[in-house]
Amino acid sequence: MELLTPGTGLIIWQLIVFVLLFFLLAKLAWKPIINSLKEREKSIQEALDTAEKARMEMSRLKADNENLLKQAREEREKILRDAREASNRIKDEAQADAKKAADRIIEEARAAIIAEKSNALKEVKALVANLSLEIAEKILQRNLADDKAQKSLAQEYIKDLKLN
Amino acid sequence: MSQFLSILRKNFIAFFAFFLMIPVVGFSAQDEHADSEEPFNASQVILHHVMDDHIWHLWDHGGTIYLPVIVYSSERGLDVFSSRNFYDEHHNVVEYNGYVLDHNHIYLADSHKAVLDLSITKNVAMLFINAALLLLIFLAVAKGYQKNKGKAPTGIQSFFEPIIIFVRDEIVKPNIGHHYEKFLPYMLTLFFFILFGNLLGLLPGAGNLTGNIAVTLTLAALTFIITNFNGNKAYWGHIFWTPGVPLPLRLIILPVELVGIFTKPISLTIRLFVAITAGHIVLLSLICLAFIFKSVWVGAGSTVMVLFISLIELLVAGIQAYVFVLFSSLYIGMAMAEHDDHH
Repeated sequence: MELLTPGTGLIIWQLIVFVLLFFLLAKLAWKPIINSLKEREKSIQEALDTAEKARMEMSRLKADNENLLKQAREEREKILRDAREASNRIKDEAQADAKKAADRIIEEARAAIIAEKSNALKEVKALVANLSLEIAEKILQRNLADDKAQKSLAQEYIKDLKLN
Repeated sequence: MSQFLSILRKNFIAFFAFFLMIPVVGFSAQDEHADSEEPFNASQVILHHVMDDHIWHLWDHGGTIYLPVIVYSSERGLDVFSSRNFYDEHHNVVEYNGYVLDHNHIYLADSHKAVLDLSITKNVAMLFINAALLLLIFLAVAKGYQKNKGKAPTGIQSFFEPIIIFVRDEIVKPNIGHHYEKFLPYMLTLFFFILFGNLLGLLPGAGNLTGNIAVTLTLAALTFIITNFNGNKAYWGHIFWTPGVPLPLRLIILPVELVGIFTKPISLTIRLFVAITAGHIVLLSLICLAFIFKSVWVGAGSTVMVLFISLIELLVAGIQAYVFVLFSSLYIGMAMAEHDDHH
């Protein structure tokens, strides 16, 4: 059947045209097209890779930042704690010093008071002695007149002394 | 407005069928008086449409292109003349300059010896058109890549880019493997040649290029040559001395494998030829129904059928191009695969 028998002429034409078409398209169309596609795919892949790298870098930086922040926070805590301790210590010391000073002042005051007291007592004693002497002198000057009065006076004094 | 659109959408297919019907009805009316002279022979009409010819008959009364005849014979040498010379004014075939045309074959009138017929037949003309179209389109596509270097594709470039990438990533790369890039230009040319040939063949009045066995045979032969030239040691070893099989079996397998080398291109040849030619025959048969029954109603019905078969044929055009390239890639890939005796 004629439909099933390939014609020689058409085979020859087909071969010539197809091979020619292949070389023309391969050189003028497929080569630039395939190369461009490959180039574009490469550039897309590179862009994606770069983006991924940038993302990683970002997350690394973020982690770094967080670390730094954490460190800074810790540092601050420490400084504050130290400062608080220092202030407490200074306060305590100051209090201790003040107490010591006050004690000393009180001690000194007490010593002074005691000294003043003993002085005053001494003075009072001396005064009393003088007064006694003066009284005795006056009595001695007056008692020459009356023995009886002398006696009663002495008696009075003695009575007074007893009462003391 | 939306109601109108929905009515339009609902009736779209009916409208479409109606408009398609007009030329068929027109044809049938015209043929009726022609048929009064000789009975309508559907198979002859169909085969005439499907086969190659020295003239390109588009329509009656002046719609015929007389293509150039180029013949060579050792007796007469090379001769070039118009195929018009083979026909008289009543469109009867006549002898010209010592050549006779008989059933599309040209013989020498005196010795009735067949000559080498290199005529620009209908299919050769289709071949030129197809090749020119491919060149035109893919040079434009390639230009797009130059123009839009490093940018998104535009226009015709963006239309063909996914198809090119499909051929590369879905057909050639997975089936050939590592060295696929060497074969990519051939496979792309093959794919688009067959696809465009199939689609052009569906146009009314067009020649049946990819449904011609000479064309498919040539394409299959090219794949066959490439396959066997790239066959590695494992490929040939597999054919001549199948590893891992007992000795007597090897002797039985050898002829089977040898036949296998040739069944591959033969299957490629026949698959494409049959798929495209059968589609054309179905379409033409449906159209011929109207002329056989001489009825407008059969014409209307067959028109609807023709519409659907045409849509299927569009699908087949793509599928056959895909399948041809798929199997070509597969054969080449198999010939180049590194076997590790997994039998």
